Amino acid sequence: MTFIELIKQPWPWYVAGPIIGLMVPALLIFGNKTFGISSSLRHVCAACLPAKIPFFQYDWKKEIWNLFFVFGIFLGGIITALYFKNDAAVVVDPKLMSELSGYGIVDFSGLVPADIFSWASLATPRGFILMVVGGFLVGFGTRYAGGCTSGHAIMGLSNLQLPSLIATISFMAGGFIMANLILPFILSL
Amino acid sequence: MIINKKDTNTDFEVRSLDAIGKNQEAVELPMWHNLKYLAFGVAFGIVLIKSEVISWFRIQEMFRLQSFHMFGVIGSAVAVGALSVFLIKKLKIKSIHGEEIILPEKTFNKGQIYGGLLFGFGWAMTGACPGPMFAQLGYGAIATSVIILMAIVGTWVYGLIREKLPA
Repeated sequence: MTFIELIKQPWPWYVAGPIIGLMVPALLIFGNKTFGISSSLRHVCAACLPAKIPFFQYDWKKEIWNLFFVFGIFLGGIITALYFKNDAAVVVDPKLMSELSGYGIVDFSGLVPADIFSWASLATPRGFILMVVGGFLVGFGTRYAGGCTSGHAIMGLSNLQLPSLIATISFMAGGFIMANLILPFILSL
Repeated sequence: MIINKKDTNTDFEVRSLDAIGKNQEAVELPMWHNLKYLAFGVAFGIVLIKSEVISWFRIQEMFRLQSFHMFGVIGSAVAVGALSVFLIKKLKIKSIHGEEIILPEKTFNKGQIYGGLLFGFGWAMTGACPGPMFAQLGYGAIATSVIILMAIVGTWVYGLIREKLPA
């Protein structure tokens, strides 16, 4: 197996996790920046539509590094698609697979299920709720919590911040409630 | 100093607003210095995709306890991050521009619970947190642009009504 073939395979957690963890010291040492992504959404609001809302009255240009970082993530996606794409179907837990087939989710060819996240699906109640309401909750919730998986779960926990532990437990609790108790109803719509 | 709710900072990620800590990088650097963050972002994006963290399926497995993968990724990331922060503090490592590295101390507010739960709902629905969204879009999941747009709308609405929310 060549090196390129090797990196095209899905990476195990013990390779990916430590690299993600290294983002913390990299940003601190190279620019005294704390790792956190969801604030980029706030900067977009402050830049595009501040609308005299106090929360968006600040000099977003001082935080422009964050938008460069986010644009880099987007470029990383393009680069992976062009050069490191894994063409095999995504391996999904058999129990999850059979549960999802019951809701008509049968396309396991991509990392994002095409049966739910597509333009056609957006016009269905299920797709609309998952994409429009779900996206709204991600933006609203992360800013209300003051951070997301990167800012609280990784950066905050690395710095042993109790508020970040509380936030991370809340993220997980919300996810467990949604995935196990509410999502089955949404998926069966 | 009278602190009213309107001015209370709950967003410790936006450091230029953090009046308690010093603002980072007193030196004004030219714009091209931001390209290093672009490079870090590219690396981060590639890792997010190759480890399948951006996959809706991996997120569902995590919340159904059907796979260890996501717990392993987040857990080992925190372990490496925590060790790095410990060493930076212990050895008083400075930034490449010779500045003291400052980490904000966060204070508790109820938003971390209420907002955290709401984000958790959104995370399980979309299978994407804010970083992976941008990676998904770059990777070719064009419909994710709807999720990103709605996340921006959600952030904006939060800004609009935050003074009325319990904090």
